Amino acid sequence: MGGYGDVQCIDENGIRLDGRTKDEVRPVHIETGVVPVADGSARMTWGLNDVIAAVYGPMEAHPRKIQRQDRAVLDVRYNMAPFSTTDRIRPGFNRRSREISKVTAEALESVVLTELYPRSKIRVEIEIICAEAGTRCAGITAASVALAHAGIPMSDMVVSVASGKVHDIVVCDLNKEEDNYGEADLPMGILPNSGELVFLQMDGDLSPDQFQEAWDYNMKATQVIHAEMVRALKGGDE
Amino acid sequence: MKGRSVARPDNMSGDKGAGGPRGSRQAPLLVAPGDDLGDSGGLEAGHGVLAINGRLRALKQGRMSNRDGTVSIEPRRTAYVPRPSDLVIGYIEGCTSNIWFIDIGAPFNAILPMSLGPSKAEFGGIRKVLDIGDAILCRVQEVEENHSSVVTMKGMGLRAIRAGSVEDIDPHLLGRLIGRGGNNLRQLKEDTECRVVAGDNGRVWLDGDLSGIVEARDRLNALLTEAKVEEYRGDA
Repeated sequence: MGGYGDVQCIDENGIRLDGRTKDEVRPVHIETGVVPVADGSARMTWGLNDVIAAVYGPMEAHPRKIQRQDRAVLDVRYNMAPFSTTDRIRPGFNRRSREISKVTAEALESVVLTELYPRSKIRVEIEIICAEAGTRCAGITAASVALAHAGIPMSDMVVSVASGKVHDIVVCDLNKEEDNYGEADLPMGILPNSGELVFLQMDGDLSPDQFQEAWDYNMKATQVIHAEMVRALKGGDE
Repeated sequence: MKGRSVARPDNMSGDKGAGGPRGSRQAPLLVAPGDDLGDSGGLEAGHGVLAINGRLRALKQGRMSNRDGTVSIEPRRTAYVPRPSDLVIGYIEGCTSNIWFIDIGAPFNAILPMSLGPSKAEFGGIRKVLDIGDAILCRVQEVEENHSSVVTMKGMGLRAIRAGSVEDIDPHLLGRLIGRGGNNLRQLKEDTECRVVAGDNGRVWLDGDLSGIVEARDRLNALLTEAKVEEYRGDA
């Protein structure tokens, strides 16, 4: 069991740098109603990730060219605060945030009953306050809770989690070191009640067996995170 | 709500083989979007519930209830969607020469044509009758498929609101404010000696003595707090 250069992310007993076993999820906590002026909001801490999602609307879609006569559009904006990482991030939209905003909107559109609000827009703001690894997954999950908190009709919630490969070992829910020095990662968006998949990306190479293992870890982690989402919505920290 | 038949899903653990919601005297159950509410056999899907492949599924976060065979969810929060004949309180947001645009708290502004306004207005001079920022009590006359709506001020009691205070509550809490047979609302009016008009869009007009308005406002806030606490506790 080796390392990558000087960084050894897993020891010979399968214990990771943060003390987790390979199938464990980082501690997750979600609270709702953190942005009082929003129609719905949620804050998610996931390991060292700290994400706030706020939902506004449904409202009239502007500019008019983005309106759809038969459904609402989801206007998702994912943004990392300049202070969210050790290297300062230049404020404003960039290619990465544009891509994540797009995949988040597409993942959420598969569960939101947009046809109930024709010509409208539902604005979803995702702000990464502190980034460790897997911020897109945390963003999608927090946005899903915020949408539910806003009373937007949804057929299910989207839970997103990423597993990956480090030193040829598949591990669940990558942390920063594993994300930086690992060989692959597989973020997935899953509907916890039906097990359907609404979002999948893959970086790096995984063999079919490793892919299956990462898939299984994600499916298992989904249930843990979904339980916390439901607790936040039902038990509320408003 | 005590004593009402309330559905209780018995398969929240994901056991698809379990039966459907059944009447019970237990507290209304809190549900989250996507929760399986059980077999739909003989039950109708009401507000916030979707029937898929013979199963009922929650679409919103809120309390589930089963009334007369219709399983529905009273959401914690919801956007107001106008329906014809709704009595609403709106604010003038803008105007053209012959149309006012009214914010009625819905996703889209409603329009109030000059011909349905409160009094004779001249073309191009409608701001002399109702200006931007004014509050009005009006009724939804028409809602189109694309959610555009037209409101009217022609009707008994419909008027510009020139006195008192307008408070906002969540539209789904109106039933609680009004009470069975209007009991709660009547009591509020008697106790505060205020005129209280509850719009279907969750805006409440309070008019009377200052002390009465303050008391009525306090009671509305207490109602909101109580509703929130009860929802989180999961009882009615």
